[in-house]
Amino acid sequence: MKKHLLEAADLDRSDATLVLDTAAQIEAALTGREVKKLPTLRGRTVVNLFYEDSTRTRISFELAAKRLSADVINFSAKGSSVSKGESLKDTALTLEAMGSDAIVIRHGASGAPHQLASWVRGSVVNAGDGTHEHPTQALLDAYTIRARLGRLEGVRVAVVGDVLHSRVARSNVRLLHTLGAEVTLVAPPTLFPVGVGSWPAEVSYDLDAVLPKADVVMMLRVQAERMTASFFPSAREYSRRYGLDARRMAVLGDDAIVMHPGPMNRGMEIAADVADSVRSTIVEQVANGVSVRMAVLYLLLGGAPS
Amino acid sequence: MNHLIKGARVLGGDPVDLLVKDGRIAAVGAKLSATGAEVLDAGGLVALPGLVDLHTHLREPGREDAETVETGSRAAALGGFTAVHAMANTDPVADTAGVVEQVWRLGQEAGLVDVVPVGAVTVGLAGERLAELGAMAESAATVRVFSDDGHCVADPALMRRALEYVKAFDGVVAQHAEEPRLTVGAQMHEGDRSAKLGLTGWPAAAEEAIIARDVLLAQHVGARLHICHVSTAGSVEILRWAKARGVDVTAEVTPHHLLLTDACAEGYDPVFKVNPPLRTDADVQALRAGLADGTIDAVATDHAPHAVEDKECEWAQARPGMLGLEQALAIVQDTMVETGLLDWAGVADRMSVRPATIGRLTGHGRPLIPGEPANLVLLDPAARAVVDPAALASRSRNSPYAGRELPGRVVATFLRGVPTVLDGKAQR
Ligand SMILES: [Zn+2]
Repeated sequence: MKKHLLEAADLDRSDATLVLDTAAQIEAALTGREVKKLPTLRGRTVVNLFYEDSTRTRISFELAAKRLSADVINFSAKGSSVSKGESLKDTALTLEAMGSDAIVIRHGASGAPHQLASWVRGSVVNAGDGTHEHPTQALLDAYTIRARLGRLEGVRVAVVGDVLHSRVARSNVRLLHTLGAEVTLVAPPTLFPVGVGSWPAEVSYDLDAVLPKADVVMMLRVQAERMTASFFPSAREYSRRYGLDARRMAVLGDDAIVMHPGPMNRGMEIAADVADSVRSTIVEQVANGVSVRMAVLYLLLGGAPS
Repeated sequence: MNHLIKGARVLGGDPVDLLVKDGRIAAVGAKLSATGAEVLDAGGLVALPGLVDLHTHLREPGREDAETVETGSRAAALGGFTAVHAMANTDPVADTAGVVEQVWRLGQEAGLVDVVPVGAVTVGLAGERLAELGAMAESAATVRVFSDDGHCVADPALMRRALEYVKAFDGVVAQHAEEPRLTVGAQMHEGDRSAKLGLTGWPAAAEEAIIARDVLLAQHVGARLHICHVSTAGSVEILRWAKARGVDVTAEVTPHHLLLTDACAEGYDPVFKVNPPLRTDADVQALRAGLADGTIDAVATDHAPHAVEDKECEWAQARPGMLGLEQALAIVQDTMVETGLLDWAGVADRMSVRPATIGRLTGHGRPLIPGEPANLVLLDPAARAVVDPAALASRSRNSPYAGRELPGRVVATFLRGVPTVLDGKAQR
């Protein structure tokens, strides 16, 4: 394992598999226990440095660190010196002076975790940066797929939605490719970045053509505001062409699953009856997120599992 | 003080002696002697006419923490320049005779290079109505180059009027070609790397579309047009086409666009954030070819000093721009001379003669022959050095060349016979 987890490309196949296997071991070790806590990171300090509101991701990392017995400091940009104009670098150096061993950072600017990693001695975990990457989301998605389908090699994954602005898509394309899955990205042409052709993924504009062959359909959040910048004409047209509703779900194979990183726009990219169906892994993804983040913190701070 | 320069290779030719007397070149020949003259052994050194920069940001007035006319002038002299055009995007904006005269006077006081103010095209660079271009032209600063650099004159009707209006005093509009609606929030070149890095793309077409529009406008109204910091292969093609049609258009390329590519953005170090952005290797090759064949007339630095806090921050929040004055000649030697694309006469043409002509500077870009003003630079092309930003004369440190070994060393610079740099050191 590298010292930091900044992007999915930091993990080669054996590292990524190690994270998933470690998460599975942790999950097994905690199953049925009354006190869901391991002593592994006692005395270590993990800082959650959040420049964007994301309660679910912050809570997931916080739980993960606490279940490993680490001390957790939540440092939110709001109401702190950060909002008074302190620079990212000064904040990082302050946190390090306070003895942080790892910084989990969520930031609206692509690349902020990379810069942070160049300024501190401890480990940095990217919890989502701008429109760049969100590697632990991709790890929990891979974990969920493997848990449901029993494998990742050769699994056909359709990632549908706002690929252009999605850090989840970037991390998933890279990680799923590393793990041997076959990714097809589906979106209107306006929501692909120029340069998507260099990614290890197929590109399609036609959801209906892709669905029958997909083992996994991963729906990305699409913000309705995008239509004001003419990425698509209306929410209604988007949902008609790229939304996953019961009619489209019906063409999926028997074992195919439906994923969403949340938060969902029900009725926009995903219909309520799809989100709540047995194919949906949305609740499992949240639970798996904690196990996978425990594995990441454990491997970065504690070393390989015994 | 008179100076006898011994054994310099003028434009890279055979060694000759040059006698500098009373601000002018008094004699050029073999084995000159002059009693009382300071002798400078220039064996192995190449002599070029003093370099002329069409595009410098000196930051004064307004951001004296990043650069002043004096510190920027010193950086320029150390880079071999004898004249620099100071861009108008200061605070206050150089959009009146008062501000351009202030900048011009500060340059005279510093006395290291001729600081030639550029006037804003529109009031406050707002792109809405013309600034008093005639007043700036008639001021002590005798402005001939007008630019809203940092912003594009995007309104086509306003651009047409600006092109027409400056004909009255032989002015030129220097366009920062960037269609603003195509670059909202843009952070880097739009392509494979921006897709991967999740940074909003700046498409080549946003530059090319404005250049195409403006060469057509310039031809239509019979005006002269200059294009700032050309950065794409497509722009070079459009310029080549326009020149073949007889459009009176000139263009510049920056040293950094001749050397660096968008691969530099990979580590998210904002020192590599610049506008227009670093492009692809194919663009770099096309820019070098365009400069070699004369489609691009000039190298201009777009020297853009920034305070530490404006660069040591998130990429998206960082200001665009990089230092250039002190390394420009080295980059040109590296990318154009050592690749065989230009000889030293070609370097003199692109870094002195043509930029002086575009800026209508009569005392610069002149041949090194008797009777001409003694504006010249002596460089040692055999020297190599690693760039140390802390050792630069600029007040800022945002050099993209930090740690890079580059060829060539400016040994001496003369401004009208007065050495501003000797033995690589500024003389004031
Ligand atoms: Zn510009």
